[in-house]
Amino acid sequence: MSLFKAESRRLVKRRFTKWLVIGSLVVLAAIAFGVFATNQKVGPEQVAKAQAAAEVDYQAALRQAASDQQQCEAAKGTASASQWPPDCVDMYQPTRENYDYHGYMPSTFDFATTFKVMVATLAAIFALMGFVIGASFVGAEWASGGMMNLLLWRPQRVKVLGTKLGALLVGLTALTAVTLVAWTGFFWLVGKLRGSTAGMTSGAWQSLALTEVRATVLVLAAAALGFGLASIGRHTAMALGVAIGAVILFQFGLVTVLSLAQVKFAEVLLVPYWVAAWMDKSVKLEDWSKCNFSSSQGCEPDTLTITWQISGGVLAAIIVLVVGAAMWTMRSRDVT
Amino acid sequence: MSAVLEIAGLQKTYRSRKGVRRALDGFDMVVESGQVHGFLGPNGSGKTTTLRTLLGLITPNGGRMTLLGREVPEALPEVAGKVGAIVESPQFFGPFSAKDTLSLLADAGGVDQRRVFEVLELVGLRDRAKDRVKTYSLGMKQRLAVASALLKNPQLLILDEPANGLDPGGIREMRTLMRNLAESGMTVLLSSHILGEIQLICDSVTIISAGRRVAAGSVADVLATHASTSVRVRVESDLDMPAAAEALRAAGAEVRLEHDHLMVKNVDKPGLITRTLAARDLYVSELAPVVVDLESVFLELTGTAPVDGQHRQVDQSAMAPGQGAWGQ
Repeated sequence: MSLFKAESRRLVKRRFTKWLVIGSLVVLAAIAFGVFATNQKVGPEQVAKAQAAAEVDYQAALRQAASDQQQCEAAKGTASASQWPPDCVDMYQPTRENYDYHGYMPSTFDFATTFKVMVATLAAIFALMGFVIGASFVGAEWASGGMMNLLLWRPQRVKVLGTKLGALLVGLTALTAVTLVAWTGFFWLVGKLRGSTAGMTSGAWQSLALTEVRATVLVLAAAALGFGLASIGRHTAMALGVAIGAVILFQFGLVTVLSLAQVKFAEVLLVPYWVAAWMDKSVKLEDWSKCNFSSSQGCEPDTLTITWQISGGVLAAIIVLVVGAAMWTMRSRDVT
Repeated sequence: MSAVLEIAGLQKTYRSRKGVRRALDGFDMVVESGQVHGFLGPNGSGKTTTLRTLLGLITPNGGRMTLLGREVPEALPEVAGKVGAIVESPQFFGPFSAKDTLSLLADAGGVDQRRVFEVLELVGLRDRAKDRVKTYSLGMKQRLAVASALLKNPQLLILDEPANGLDPGGIREMRTLMRNLAESGMTVLLSSHILGEIQLICDSVTIISAGRRVAAGSVADVLATHASTSVRVRVESDLDMPAAAEALRAAGAEVRLEHDHLMVKNVDKPGLITRTLAARDLYVSELAPVVVDLESVFLELTGTAPVDGQHRQVDQSAMAPGQGAWGQ
């Protein structure tokens, strides 16, 4: 317990941790403020305004269509007839459906449909933060010689590394949980003041809670990945280098090459799809290079669905592999 | 006296694309309780590898080690609380203060936080305790390293080059500290290149060269065993020196002709020199025994004495008997 306390204190004391957390919270605050400022409550007054604006545009479109038709008729038999359709009756005629008032409504925050996107946003920002904090927490210790000092005090290598990882994950869980509660509360208020909170049944809350749990798991997985990679390389730069290399090699290079070669579902190598599958429960990839014809639907693409279970399984396998390798190298490699 | 540290036949081999290098080749060492024990060796001889292996940072390829009577590395977690150590140059996380650094170590080792202030006072860092370590000089970092080793009030203190970077006053303070610690019953294992210091404060020494022990015992015994006593001899006229050298060699002495004197070894009594030379009408103007110190013994045993016109490489040192180069 004393080692866990020491590592928790070390994590919180580090200025890099503090600044990274503060920076992430500032970004989240800016997003929250932006959402609050650009949405507004919608009532009968806004509906009437939107309906009036839609009607004005509809009438203007009708006038423009009538004018166009007149010009079309007048142009028949002249040199400019080629600019118009052969039969002026076939010309576009606007309908009321084209000018639905919903398209004229001001932006409003619907908590039930929009908040999950905000949870995913928080998860992405915190995952990036967790990766860097995790990498630096162990990488800087190796690079500065602090790890060697610690091992002189506690010559149990796997226990030391495990406790360090535990302190990191517990700290990040607490931070993510508290932030998610504040995030939920704030956007609930945004819904109340600048939108709607309708549709939040107990089932919807349950689904939201599970989304937040998945968000927390994503943050912890990113932190463990950064920690593991930096521990294997015994330097923060190892984790950051692998991350940058993976982005350049897989996210841009390999996907571009495979796409040019018309390989099916090349996007499967893109991390954002896997993250989206984890957060949104599934992602469907479509390959439009092949036409699966059906009389009712016409051409249908081949599809590949990544579910959250598949995404979670892959994520778990990567974490086990990297953290396992970190533990193994910690146990077997000399500290020189 | 019981041994608090015993090493027998320790081996460590490094393999690389360049080949195999034996950092430790059957090294032995014994440190008795309550002593200040000097651990000497040239650069690359295996000193730090020995200390790292002893402290569980490096896995040996063979041999046996005990600390405070317990086999290590197996029992290291149990004895670590009684062994304070610094290995090589002091390394700390720069952005933390000395107080934070020690406080975190105290937490990790379950040591009372009050001890942090005691050791900061002891090493003279009390007034700079809240400064960040990266603003410290090498000497101040060295003091902090010693403080970290003393934090758990150990029975055995292992210090690798503790005087490195210290000013003369600091070196003297460190010497006094070592002595006081030893008098309080603490055993101190001290690795250093400042051989004058070792000779002053150590009760016993072990000298390592090329991964093997080449000498061990009390400082006096090592000096007596390994220092061949020399006598510096001058005669009235420098022109007589070749004849004097020839006469002494004929009497069984080992003579080296220097530019204005003779260095004579292998003579039981200086009186033999005066008698031999007087019999040839050669008269001595100076007869002075040359006092040997630990440095000269060290240089002789490790084969690292500088030679005019040669640039010795770090791995060029004498090997122990049985390894070929030394003692045959």
